[in-house]
Amino acid sequence: MHRSVHHWLRQVSRREVLQLAAGLGVSYLLPGLEARSAERRGSERPTSLITLWMAGGQSHLDSWDPHPETEHGGGIQPIKTTAPEIQIAHTLPQMAEQMRHLSVIRSLVSKEGDHQRGTYFVQTGYRPDPTTIHPAMTALVARLMTNPNIEIPQHVALATGDNFSVPRGGYLGDQYDAFRIFDPGNNIRNMRRQVDEKRQERRLEGLGIVSSAFSKQRALQVEATLHEHVVQQALTMMTSDQLQALELDDETEETKQRYGDSRFGRGCLVARRLVELGVRAVQVTLQGFDTHINNFEGQKAQSEILDPAFASLVQDLVDRDLWDSTIVLCIGEFGRTPWLNVNAGRDHWPVGFSCVVGGGGLNSGVLIGATNPELAYGERQRPQAEKTHPADPIKVQDLYATILSRLGLNPAEELITPIGRPLALADGSPIARLLPGGA
Amino acid sequence: MKRQWSILWAILVVVGVLALTSAATRPPKPRDLPSSDPPQVTSVQTAAAQVDAELARLWAEREVTPAPVADDLTILRRLSLALHGTIPSLEEIRRFEADDRADRLDHWVAGMLEDQRFADYFAERLARAYVGVEEGQFVIFRRDRFKAWLSGQLADHVPYDQIVREMIAAEGVWTGDGEVNFLTAAFANGSFDPSKLTARTTRAFLGQRIDCAQCHDHPFDHWKQSEFEGLTAFYGKLALTPAGVVDRKKKQYRIKEAEESDDEGRLVEPAVPFSDEWCGDEGRTRFELAAWITHAENQRFERAIANRVWALMFGEPFRQDRPVDDLPDPDVDPDLRTLDLLGADFRAHDCDLRRLIRVIASTQAFRMSSVHPETANVDLEALSDREVDELRTRFELTEETWGVFPLVRLRPEQVIGSMLQATYIHTVDQNSHLLTRFLRFARENNFVEQFGDPGVDELQERVGTIPQALLRMNGNLSRELTEPNPFLATGRIAGAASTPEKMIETAYLVCLTRRPTPQETEFFVKLWNDEPRRNRNSVAQDLYWDLFNSPEFSWNH
Repeated sequence: MHRSVHHWLRQVSRREVLQLAAGLGVSYLLPGLEARSAERRGSERPTSLITLWMAGGQSHLDSWDPHPETEHGGGIQPIKTTAPEIQIAHTLPQMAEQMRHLSVIRSLVSKEGDHQRGTYFVQTGYRPDPTTIHPAMTALVARLMTNPNIEIPQHVALATGDNFSVPRGGYLGDQYDAFRIFDPGNNIRNMRRQVDEKRQERRLEGLGIVSSAFSKQRALQVEATLHEHVVQQALTMMTSDQLQALELDDETEETKQRYGDSRFGRGCLVARRLVELGVRAVQVTLQGFDTHINNFEGQKAQSEILDPAFASLVQDLVDRDLWDSTIVLCIGEFGRTPWLNVNAGRDHWPVGFSCVVGGGGLNSGVLIGATNPELAYGERQRPQAEKTHPADPIKVQDLYATILSRLGLNPAEELITPIGRPLALADGSPIARLLPGGA
Repeated sequence: MKRQWSILWAILVVVGVLALTSAATRPPKPRDLPSSDPPQVTSVQTAAAQVDAELARLWAEREVTPAPVADDLTILRRLSLALHGTIPSLEEIRRFEADDRADRLDHWVAGMLEDQRFADYFAERLARAYVGVEEGQFVIFRRDRFKAWLSGQLADHVPYDQIVREMIAAEGVWTGDGEVNFLTAAFANGSFDPSKLTARTTRAFLGQRIDCAQCHDHPFDHWKQSEFEGLTAFYGKLALTPAGVVDRKKKQYRIKEAEESDDEGRLVEPAVPFSDEWCGDEGRTRFELAAWITHAENQRFERAIANRVWALMFGEPFRQDRPVDDLPDPDVDPDLRTLDLLGADFRAHDCDLRRLIRVIASTQAFRMSSVHPETANVDLEALSDREVDELRTRFELTEETWGVFPLVRLRPEQVIGSMLQATYIHTVDQNSHLLTRFLRFARENNFVEQFGDPGVDELQERVGTIPQALLRMNGNLSRELTEPNPFLATGRIAGAASTPEKMIETAYLVCLTRRPTPQETEFFVKLWNDEPRRNRNSVAQDLYWDLFNSPEFSWNH
């Protein structure tokens, strides 16, 4: 404790120190800026992962896997894209321009048809299991690729929705749960002190007084709680210049419009800023894909939000020479039935759905797998376990093994869970077609 | 005539609404001091003395000096956190301090256990082990109904073994019979997952984890895959029908060797891994499984609940380095004899959970200070690294043998419960104003979500996180609660206190359940005096902020 009171006081006046340093042009005293400039560009830069989470289950037929020939194709027209092999729904025109940077998998297969279980499986690559809570892929990246120059959270979930769609640290520990920001750019939750600087100083001094009697009497125990360490980190975060990455004040109106005036659009823009700063793991959530009623209108409205945001994110990352060091994955917990229910809706469909992935040196323009809606319709009475899989089925685990190996990690590396059980980072093998040099 | 009726109806409705409102918002009933029957107090003390003797044996063997006894207010705080999930209210503190009986703590524990807050709070804690925290599929799983049922069982003093039997052997509709949700919690993707139920059953009721034997033999225990499968087969006949959950007699439990294979799989019959005679002779249904699990000679059953209740009281299971539901077999580890003693006493008293809690609450370990002479006022900076390491090693032994009360981080519901309680002078419970209760409910859910719910593993050791620190320091709730609002304690204490000393003392009592040290009083009195009168509310506000953010507030001690 003895150190902490003073330390806290130091933290408070840190901003003043920084202002002074900036005025004198002593840039080495500016850790935030230093971190930013230390980040290299191009392929030498450590790779970050941005997951665009399609919460509720995006309809693959109405986006990345259009099938106009089927009865239930629903007026979706395929359009050509800048990737010769890939055609996507006409509701995603801006993405059509960007597809040369990306690849599409149309044959993902999962066994989980419930939102919560499906989300768990697709975010972690492991099925729900009562013995262990697995970390989400983004949490693994935050843990294994921690950037020492970052003072703000290393694992960020933007535009969050349902609690269960926020990626968790699982057995890595609560400290690897994603830091949640509900409305990106507008509200950096709880990051700002409630009172002016002078009064905050008084509060921290009082806190030192209240804490010291308790801590002195329990020297070892209080140290082990890391309470002060955590409070100090939080205070560092509150006064860090890096917080600006979470704000959009210095972006032009034109840029914001390009991404779209939505939580998801602003989330994608903040995601770009975080990656530029050197944050390695970000998820941006787009809610509202669960179209059990009026599927076409619902999915079309979702595409209108997704299209400009996703396309602008890719374009900006390419323009800023960050594409080779950023993997972007667009995925959700499952797809939707290739036929319509009585309410013109589509229900949950884990047996053959799509994702889009690219960047970070992954091969682009690759199309993997094919679904067969007519066959699926014919089998609609069959239990889920007995349905025919799409051609060239791909496991989510293999997708993650691919991403991990591009991040420079070994997917087969085992981490030991708190109950002493070794678990591979991803229980699959990389997809050669997506890796450089792969066929 | 018609007109007269409608007027009469209107009057009736108004009277009804008035009566309901006044019933719901009536002021708290005056409370008597809690008391318990003296022979019972003596009997509880005798059982606790056996545990004390067992721990004394461990201390002598390891040459550990136990910490001295904690003061009564600290113990009251622990009890309130463990049994009601909040810190004591100022009202309770005052009444407690006015109680001059030598054995007042014994009476207060008994009183707290009869409070509806105990039944509700423990129902939620136990429900986590039985059905998890996920809301699941609303159509066939109603966690709220399960919790309401369990809370009712606890409030009605139903013996614990009977509660467990009703869950395992449940039949019927999940909305009407709350216990059925124990089974429907394992319904996913269109069918029951019997192995999930086996995992829950063995963890929650036997305190052992055999789930990894689902796929292979247990790596370091003796559990075989075939034993796991035999237990699972008890749940293999479960089916959903229009009449609710039933066992379909003709249904067979089959296991496919490979998930995609076409054969119909290997037939597995229900079987228990040992002591088959505990099942009885009727057959091998869930009813017999329930009898086997709760059988009077099945020591695992009582050890499991003794360890869980211990963990809920102390914040950590008796064996701190293993999860609460991962005990070794009975008679393997002599250091765990405390659990055998507690378990035997629990059995001898008709599986009475309250009795178990009272015994634990009366032990020397529970009433011990979290300040230990070995580490109190030690300046770690002044020691060499080697000396710190030696001290740490020695102290770990003290902690392992319960020679000092552990510091354990409050769970989110305890933090929010405590913050809300600290801002009211009266006890927030079923007698509280409807609005207060509603606020508590709404805020609790929101806060727990933001704070991060540890879920099923809530009894595992964990450190605090940065978002939690930010939430406590800068969150809306902490701002609202520290605002000098005339309805909240912050405003009332600041307004009503005759002197700054009185105000500071009261704030310490409602937040930390203790009085300030002279040094603390001096510091805050000076702040108060330095501030012009019109700004003094800000001093009270900042004091609350300091207390809420201190480690003492967030860690059970």
